[in-house]
Amino acid sequence: MTDSTKPSSSSRRRFLQQSAAAIGGACALGLGVGLYGGQARALASTALRPPGALPEEDFLAACVRCGLCVRACPYGTLKLAELGEPVPTGTPYFTARTVPCEMCEDIPCVPACPTGALDHTLTDITQARMGLAVLIDQENCLNFLGLRCDVCYRVCPVIDQAITLERQHNPRSDRHALLLPTVHSDYCTGCGKCEQACVLPDAAAIKVLPRPLAQAKASEHYRKGWEEKSKAGGSLIGDQVKLPVRGLDEKAAPGGGEP
Amino acid sequence: MSANTAKPRQSQALRDPTAAARASKGWWRANKWLLLRRACQLGLLGLFLVGPISVWLQRQGLLGRAWWPVEGNLASSLTLDTLPLTDPFMLLQSLAAGHLPEAAALLGAAIVLAFYGLIGGRMYCSWFCPVNPVTDFAAWLRRKLRIKGSRTPPEGIRRWLVLVVLLVSAATGVIAWEWVNPVSMLHRALVFGAGAAWGVVAVVFLYDLLIAPRGWCGHLCPVGAFYGQVGRGALLRVAAPRRRACDDCMDCFQVCPEPHVIRPALKAAGQDHPVILSPDCTACGRCVDVCSQDVFRLTTRFNRSEL
Repeated sequence: MTDSTKPSSSSRRRFLQQSAAAIGGACALGLGVGLYGGQARALASTALRPPGALPEEDFLAACVRCGLCVRACPYGTLKLAELGEPVPTGTPYFTARTVPCEMCEDIPCVPACPTGALDHTLTDITQARMGLAVLIDQENCLNFLGLRCDVCYRVCPVIDQAITLERQHNPRSDRHALLLPTVHSDYCTGCGKCEQACVLPDAAAIKVLPRPLAQAKASEHYRKGWEEKSKAGGSLIGDQVKLPVRGLDEKAAPGGGEP
Repeated sequence: MSANTAKPRQSQALRDPTAAARASKGWWRANKWLLLRRACQLGLLGLFLVGPISVWLQRQGLLGRAWWPVEGNLASSLTLDTLPLTDPFMLLQSLAAGHLPEAAALLGAAIVLAFYGLIGGRMYCSWFCPVNPVTDFAAWLRRKLRIKGSRTPPEGIRRWLVLVVLLVSAATGVIAWEWVNPVSMLHRALVFGAGAAWGVVAVVFLYDLLIAPRGWCGHLCPVGAFYGQVGRGALLRVAAPRRRACDDCMDCFQVCPEPHVIRPALKAAGQDHPVILSPDCTACGRCVDVCSQDVFRLTTRFNRSEL
């Protein structure tokens, strides 16, 4: 009895030791991978995802990095990130300043995605939200200097909706207008044509940024008085109290006194 | 592996494990399965490269139209615009990370699972994986340079790593193994462009060469461990039907990437039939090649006859 228990207890000990080493080693490796992943998941702000890409945190759960979207893109816009680039390795992205998205009507990259990391419900390219153009350098933008460059406005595939030219008085000459390229987030797809076309050397004055970086959000409880008023068909709190203004009692306020 | 042999041990260390087979069977037969595997690996890579090369030829004006027989890479691919194939281990991580993939990826993974489950689980490793030539080269060089040191990782770590990788995927919401996976990195590097992926491949090579013999494919890689479990009941197996002719030269143990799988079949240790049923066996057929006595053959798991 004692003879037979001795080797079995020592072999049991060896088994437990080996298992503990294997489990410990696997956990250490797993922890390393997890921590490295936490560091490496940051996406460079110049890298834009293909149309229909899920929000970044969902995207990294869904994208298997197969490159089928890259192959489907007829313009060579998309690339798979190589190890060492500031984009999670193997995931697809494009750099607007180099090759922007041409906004194909049939969006071939989206149905090519086998996993749905690119959302297959996106069928209208104008609904894509790859990023948001921001006129980031107002000091060097030619239109802000009072010239008529307008290139970003002209190349915009959603012209007059995603980018409009807003006329303003030019205080420098005091007799001309400034026509300021203005991006509207409701319409901008983030294709990057404006950034690519910007005539400035090297960096563009207008850049497409990832939406979470470019956009703030109004607090949930904020209400715009003028919107609420037109919705309700009249002021919700009664009309404004008319205060006497000495000497100007009979004159209407400029702009009608609306808020 | 135990050296149950009458020959002096020293001669094994200095012995070239392929020499005896080459002398008795000739060069071609002594390398048959190795050459078939290399052809298979190159052919697979070639299929993925036809598209990019045809695009290049088209740009040179040498070809009217580009042709893509296979698009994508080993993670997920589309063959002839109809057949989807997806890496099931990657898809499992994606599921663990909380994403329900589209039907194409699920179907592709099911096809791959069915193939390796029926034919041979770790045949993926020896017949298709792009890392295999790298670690085979490391093992060959290790033998040539007679590098002795061996610090192999704990037994069974790769199977735990499968589980841990799935847990890390669930915890971080990312396909976790893709941060480091040299298999997909190397294949992507070959088909799409490399970046620093060569560094990762070099690390695997040097690890196998200098630290642990057959360390990556034989001990650490969870992709291989996963396919091993998939192919537990797979059909295609290596067997030792002529094991009575074994002259204990140990050549097969020298070249086998998973030497522990041979003994039960060859020496009837713990089983009576001569079929290697261990899920670790990659069915690479190198033992068939190097055996001068023709002890081994590739057959099905049901063929348990002895010759």
